[in-house]
Amino acid sequence: MLSSLSPHLPAIQVVLPLIAAPVCVIFRSTGVAWLIALIASWLSLGISILLLEQVTSNGPISYLLGNWPAPWGIEYKVDMLSAFVMLIVTSIGAVVMVFAPKSVHMEIPSDRTYLFYTMYLLTFAGLLGITITADAFNLFVFLEISSLSSYVLISLGAQRNALTAALRYLILGTVGATFYIIGVGLMYQMTGTLNIADLAERLPEVAETKTILVAIGFITIGIGLKLGLFPLHVWLPNAYAYAPSVVTAFLAATATKVAVYALLRVYFSIFGMNVFSALPISELLLVLGLIAILSMSTVAIYQNNTKRLLAYSSVAQVGYMVIGISMVTVTGLTATILHLFNHAVIKGALFLALAAVFYRIKSVKVEDMAGLGKTMPFTMAAFVAAGFSLIGVPLTVGFISKWYLILGAFEKDWWLVAVLIIVSSLLAVIYFWKVIESAYFKARPEGAVGISEAPLSMLIPMWVMVGSNFYFGINTNFTISAATKAAKSLIGGSP
Amino acid sequence: MMSGFYVVISHGNLVKKIVGLNVFQVSVFVLYITMSKVDGGAAPILDDAIKNYSNPLPHVLILTAIVVGVATTALGLALIVRIRDAYGTIEDDEIVKQERDDT
Repeated sequence: MLSSLSPHLPAIQVVLPLIAAPVCVIFRSTGVAWLIALIASWLSLGISILLLEQVTSNGPISYLLGNWPAPWGIEYKVDMLSAFVMLIVTSIGAVVMVFAPKSVHMEIPSDRTYLFYTMYLLTFAGLLGITITADAFNLFVFLEISSLSSYVLISLGAQRNALTAALRYLILGTVGATFYIIGVGLMYQMTGTLNIADLAERLPEVAETKTILVAIGFITIGIGLKLGLFPLHVWLPNAYAYAPSVVTAFLAATATKVAVYALLRVYFSIFGMNVFSALPISELLLVLGLIAILSMSTVAIYQNNTKRLLAYSSVAQVGYMVIGISMVTVTGLTATILHLFNHAVIKGALFLALAAVFYRIKSVKVEDMAGLGKTMPFTMAAFVAAGFSLIGVPLTVGFISKWYLILGAFEKDWWLVAVLIIVSSLLAVIYFWKVIESAYFKARPEGAVGISEAPLSMLIPMWVMVGSNFYFGINTNFTISAATKAAKSLIGGSP
Repeated sequence: MMSGFYVVISHGNLVKKIVGLNVFQVSVFVLYITMSKVDGGAAPILDDAIKNYSNPLPHVLILTAIVVGVATTALGLALIVRIRDAYGTIEDDEIVKQERDDT
């Protein structure tokens, strides 16, 4: 049974959550929907581990949907990078689903919770589809599946601001996706193919034409909107701040990562190196990345809503990833890919801790969190530990990715860039300190309702996430070897 | 293409923004369709009489994109209905004003 299924794992990976989503609607029961979402997430995690093993031992897997040969049919391709990103998405999904029921039950009206799980599964399927597909147009379809369902997820937030945040994200997200298909259309016009490997083969002939240069521009802006690249990030802080806590934890840890993955794919697997010689892309990304890490970290200092503060910090973290891409070296890309994983576990842990705080005190304002260090010691300890990781204290994952980023900068003799990276880490200390000061050095306000520690069903997933921050910060064999392999295949795979 | 995009940016009325978004998307669909035209080509029907036909693939792609566009419009309009319930207006500047008063 299992062995006959194993060649079809790439398809099952996407189809499983896609089928599970409507099944949730059929049952219309919160408990059943949660159970389905939980099982689907864990099965997906299992599949992505199996796929990663297969890729590590046998090299990239190519799967032809309906057995139509590529480049005519749609091809799914799992290589080191996509297997790694898939592992990130599924493991975050699996942990978040364990955490979810209590928090979702409190924040979303009970007649709508089964729809929440449906939408979560659709987002999940879309994100997995983006990582696995080897077809540029199919990537757009999955991008829209994941985006449309995430607009709904965001609009489920309790405050009315969630609605406007979702609509603004919808408008900008649709503009981004449409820009992306304009770019793909222009490429199709010049090459007559949509398969990524086929495109990479045919593009060099026409690489210098205006059409392709315009296509690169459209695609960069389109995906840039999705990943919250400064200055295209305006939708992100509100969307993260007003979405239900669990949604924020899931989206912050996965959605922008998958967009970065799409950018890597387009630049390195489709265009190859000539994208960087034809246009000043790497200079552009470097400058935008630097502005992002400095300005967004500064803006984060002035936020008094902790979720918003972390959202701005997410934009800054995307800046680090983009700086890694702009180096166009194996070390730089390794740093980017490492940071995909590391930032996912950091932000996952932070937002889960905040979700637990919100579950107890119904607010995530910095001043409302006063004194929580005493009343919710485990939750706040998790928050602080993940915060250290965000800042980049040694022994945590945050340190590893910054270390590689700075190594990459030294390789290129970009001393100033290395200095600025360190400066922005110090800014992270400041905004993070604000929360710690409030939680540990201030007393609970007079007359505040007595609260207790978050329930175990929240603490355990939260601490699993925090634990992985330290585990992968100390035992880096797995993440670094996977990221280096993926980076080498990206750089080496291009003509 | 650009007129649709301009409406999205310039208009404060949320419904008009969605309409602009639609114009923008549909023009991209047309861009794809124009690509598929072959000089003197007939409709792509499998028939002995037809030797020279247009490329059907972009048509199929756009069929998918139309579905996505419909879903986006539906979701956008649904959100606008909810926004009107919550704010009593669908003008962007009035919503921003109310949000500022909230905080």
